Amino acid sequence: MATFRLQIVTMDGPIYDGEVQRIKLRTIHGDLAILARHMNYVTAIGMGTATVTMEDGTERRAACIGGMLTMMNNLCRVIPTTWEWGEDIDLERAKDAKRRAEERLAESNLDEMARLNAEAKLYRALVRINSANH
Amino acid sequence: MAAANMKAVKLRIKSVQNTMQITRAMQLVAASKLRKAKERADLSKPYFQIMKETLIDISKGNTDFQSPYTKQVENNKWLYVVIAGDRGLAGGYNANLFKFMESETKGREYMVLPIGKKSVEYFRQRGVELLTEEYAEVAKISVSDCFGVAKLICDAYSKGKFGHVLLCYTDFVSMMTQTPRSSSLLPLADFELEAETEGESKQPVRDLILYEPDSETVFNAIVPEYLAGLLYTSINVSVASELAARRTAMEAATDNAGEMIEKLSLFYNRARQASITQEITEIVAGAEGN
Repeated sequence: MATFRLQIVTMDGPIYDGEVQRIKLRTIHGDLAILARHMNYVTAIGMGTATVTMEDGTERRAACIGGMLTMMNNLCRVIPTTWEWGEDIDLERAKDAKRRAEERLAESNLDEMARLNAEAKLYRALVRINSANH
Repeated sequence: MAAANMKAVKLRIKSVQNTMQITRAMQLVAASKLRKAKERADLSKPYFQIMKETLIDISKGNTDFQSPYTKQVENNKWLYVVIAGDRGLAGGYNANLFKFMESETKGREYMVLPIGKKSVEYFRQRGVELLTEEYAEVAKISVSDCFGVAKLICDAYSKGKFGHVLLCYTDFVSMMTQTPRSSSLLPLADFELEAETEGESKQPVRDLILYEPDSETVFNAIVPEYLAGLLYTSINVSVASELAARRTAMEAATDNAGEMIEKLSLFYNRARQASITQEITEIVAGAEGN
């Protein structure tokens, strides 16, 4: 299959730079897969599991949250706010975070800010749990 | 050579020694902090570079002028985000940045968002209009603070308080060299101008770019994100620059103090020798007189 160059970089450093067959991730608009020779494209990334199909056909999963994706002249740049490869995710910690967020949401006297905050935390934990390698 | 003079020299040596002790301690502290800061700066640089290349590409190919973030606006007021240090004694680190700022802002109407104590002090003293003084301590700024700053900038920008946003920081070129630099932040059209002035005149292709769901939504989501990212990474780079500058300055100070002590000791020994010689001469003269 045709490949294209993918660069992934976050504020905490470069994550990946190399040829891939496909990247699939969730944007603010829904799921999206980029293949080689995609037209020039810009979108914002939502929260979800990203799947990268490497040059040799193996797949790697990651939790990918926020940021932007651009495809310019067959060079794809993914600049997420956070990106964690499946194997780096601490599943126990994510489950813990999920439980804490759920407990928080169960409280009745939450103000708007706190509720949104807890919801975001819950969502992040869910994404990480789903993206972790089982 | 009177004894009083010798005593003064001795005191002076002592005081220089004390100063040297302090500068050496500061040098060591800066050096050990620098190691960590350099690691962070090295990790931050690729993000900064790739983000900027991406934004230049977008602004070159951009055919959309709907979003307030992309269009070239009439508003000729500038906002400068100036990242300086919290403390002095870092050689020319702060002074160079402010000098650079002055040449940048010449003839422009501007206001400042200072980051770092020195930056706040400097612009307050000059009576420059400040957007906020909340981010006075550069060492304490976290990622979430950067998102706060980004949101603040976006809100004020969309209210029309200023038409351009520029970032001033100190680039960490190497352990020995740090140069003040500026980078456009808003509107996106400025990135294209910046790339042109830097001589990177790739043909503006005006390729069609597809924005999904639509350009306005995309930009509204992306802009605060990249502002925060660029801010955070350039703060990391600036902090490393500050420490490197301080280390170099303190190293020079320690060396100078060592040289001074050497010179003073020589002077002191000579004076001591002279006074001994004089004493002997006096004694011999006295003995001969008998």
